[in-house]
Amino acid sequence: MRNMRLYRRRKRRNGFFLTLSVLAAFFGLAWLGIILTSLFYNGFAGLSGNLFTEMTPPPGADGGLANAILGSVLMSAIAVAAGTPIGLLAGTHLAEYGRYSRVSFIVRFVNDILLSAPSIVTGLFIYEIIVVNMHGFSALAGAASLMVIVIPVVVRTTENMLLLVPNGLREAAAALGAPRSAIIRTVTWRAARAGIVTGILLAVARISGETAPLLFTALNNQFWSTDLSKPMANLPVVIFQFAMSPYEDWHRLAWAGALLITITVLALSITARILESSKRS
Amino acid sequence: MADIALIDNLITDKRAAAVRRGGFRDARFRTLTGSAAIMVLVIFAGVLLSLGIGSMPAIKAFGLPFVYTEAWNPVTEKFGALASVYGTLITSLLAMLVAVPVGIGIAIFLTEICPRPLRRPIGIAIELLAGIPSIIYGIWGLFVFAPEFQQSVQPWLIDLFGDIPILQDIFGGPAYGIGIFTAAFILSIMILPFISAVTRDVFETVPTTLKEAAYAMGCTTWEVMWRVVLPFARTGVVGGAMLALGRALGETMAVTFVIGNAHHIMPSLFSPGTTISATIANEFTEAVGDLYLSSLIEMGLILFFITFVVLASAQLMLRALERRAGGVSA
Repeated sequence: MRNMRLYRRRKRRNGFFLTLSVLAAFFGLAWLGIILTSLFYNGFAGLSGNLFTEMTPPPGADGGLANAILGSVLMSAIAVAAGTPIGLLAGTHLAEYGRYSRVSFIVRFVNDILLSAPSIVTGLFIYEIIVVNMHGFSALAGAASLMVIVIPVVVRTTENMLLLVPNGLREAAAALGAPRSAIIRTVTWRAARAGIVTGILLAVARISGETAPLLFTALNNQFWSTDLSKPMANLPVVIFQFAMSPYEDWHRLAWAGALLITITVLALSITARILESSKRS
Repeated sequence: MADIALIDNLITDKRAAAVRRGGFRDARFRTLTGSAAIMVLVIFAGVLLSLGIGSMPAIKAFGLPFVYTEAWNPVTEKFGALASVYGTLITSLLAMLVAVPVGIGIAIFLTEICPRPLRRPIGIAIELLAGIPSIIYGIWGLFVFAPEFQQSVQPWLIDLFGDIPILQDIFGGPAYGIGIFTAAFILSIMILPFISAVTRDVFETVPTTLKEAAYAMGCTTWEVMWRVVLPFARTGVVGGAMLALGRALGETMAVTFVIGNAHHIMPSLFSPGTTISATIANEFTEAVGDLYLSSLIEMGLILFFITFVVLASAQLMLRALERRAGGVSA
C-alpha cells in the first residue's frame, strides 16, 4: 500500500516536472514567435521604396535610411576586411604553431573573454585611443570598434575549424617535403575553408546589429557621407535615436531599419548553418 | 659520366636552395601568425590601459567612495556609481532567476522529451533568439512589450501584492511599463539560448550507460535528470550560466531602451532605474566636462572588471570540463 503511494507520487512528480520543461520550450519558442511577428508587422508597415533612396529626415518630413544603410555597409566592410586577416592568422597560430604553448593558452583565454566582453567597453576603448586623438567622432573609429569585435569571433572559429582537420593531411604534406607554411596555406586552410567562411559570416552577423560601440565612435550623420574622417550615419544608431524620439514617423523608420537588420542577420546565420551542415555531411 | 655528376650537383644545389627558401618563408609566416596572436593580447591590454588612463581624473577626484555613492549630479559634478552598479546587478540576477530554470528545462526537453525529428529545428529556433541583435530586443521591448505589460499585467500584480508587507514595496508604485522589472525580463529572454545551448551540449556528454543504469533501477525520467544527469553535468551548467550572466551584465541596448534611466535606488522593481551600460550609452555623447566623461569611463572600467571576473570563472569551469571529456574519450 505504502509502496503504491510512493510509486504514484514519483510518477506525479515526474509528470509535473516534464510538463514544466515542455512549457519552458514553448516559453522560448513563443517569445521568438512574438518578437519576429511584431517585428515583421511593424517593419513592413514602414518599408517603402524611399527607404533606400532618401536620407534620414528631420521630424515630420518624408525620408528614408539610405545614408544609414550606406554607413553600416561601409563600416562593416572595413571592419571585416581589417579584422579577418588578423583573426585568421591568430587562429592559425593557435591551431598550427602554438597548439600547446603557454602563450597560446593565455591568448585563447583572453580571446574568449573578449568574445563575450561588453561591446560598450569596446566603444570606450576606441573613443579613448582614436576619437580623443583625432579630435572628433569618425567613421574610421566606428569601423575600428567593430573590428575589435570581429577579431575574437574569427580567431575562435578559425582555431576550431583548423583543429577539425585530420593530422594525416598535414603529415602527408610534410612527407612530401612541404614547409610548414606551405602546408598551412595549401592544405589545412583549404580543408577548413567552409568553416572559416562560416566564422566570417557569423562575425558579420554579430556586428551588423552592434549599436553600443558605435554610439560614441561613428556617432551619426544626417547626410550622405563617404568621408571616413567624419561622423557617419549607421542603422543601429539611427534606430536608437529614432525609437527614443517622440515622433511617429521616426518610429516607423526605426521599425523598418530594425527589420532590415534582422533580415540581414537571419540570412547570414542561416547561410552559415547551411555551409556548416554541408561540410559535416 | 661527368655530365651526370654535374646535373646531380645542380639538383642538390637547387634542392638545398628550395629548402632554405622554404625555411625562410616558414619562419616569416610563423612570425606573422604569432604577432597576430599577440595582437589579441595587445587589444585586451589596450582596453584595460585606456580605460584606466581615462578614468584617472574620476579616481583622483572621488577615490573609492565612487563605488558606493549614489549621487549622480552633472551640475555639481558629484558622481557615484552605486545606482548604476545596483541596476546592473539586480537586472542580471533577476534575469538569471528566470533564465536558468527555463534554460535547463529547455535542455531537458531537447535531450529527453522532444521527438527526434523535431530536436534540430527546435534547437536552431531557440538559438536564433541568441542571434537577434540586442537593439531589436530593445525596440520591441519599448514599443510592444512595455505598453502591453503596463496595460494588462502590471496593474494586476500591483493589486495582487498591494496588501502584503514587503511584497507591496517590491511590486509597488505606479505602472510605468518600463523599469527594472521589464529590463530584467527582456534580458532573461536574451540570455535563455546561451544557457540552454551550453546545458544541452553538456547533457549530451553524460555517458549513456549512466542514464541506462538509472533507468534500469526503475528511476523516472525526472529522477534520472535530477539525480544523475544534472549532478554529472553540474560544472558545465554552472559555466554556461556564468557565460550568460557575463552577457547580461554587459548588455546595453536591450536594457537602455526600457529601463528609464533614473539614477536612484528604489525598493520597487517596477520603478525606473539604470545600469552601468545604459548610463554610458545615454549620457556619454552629452557629457560635458572632463570629470563627467571620466566618471563614465570609470564605470566602464568597473563593468569590465565585473564581467572579466564572471567570464574568467566561466572559462575555467568549461575548460576543466573539456579536459575531463577529453580524458574520458582518450
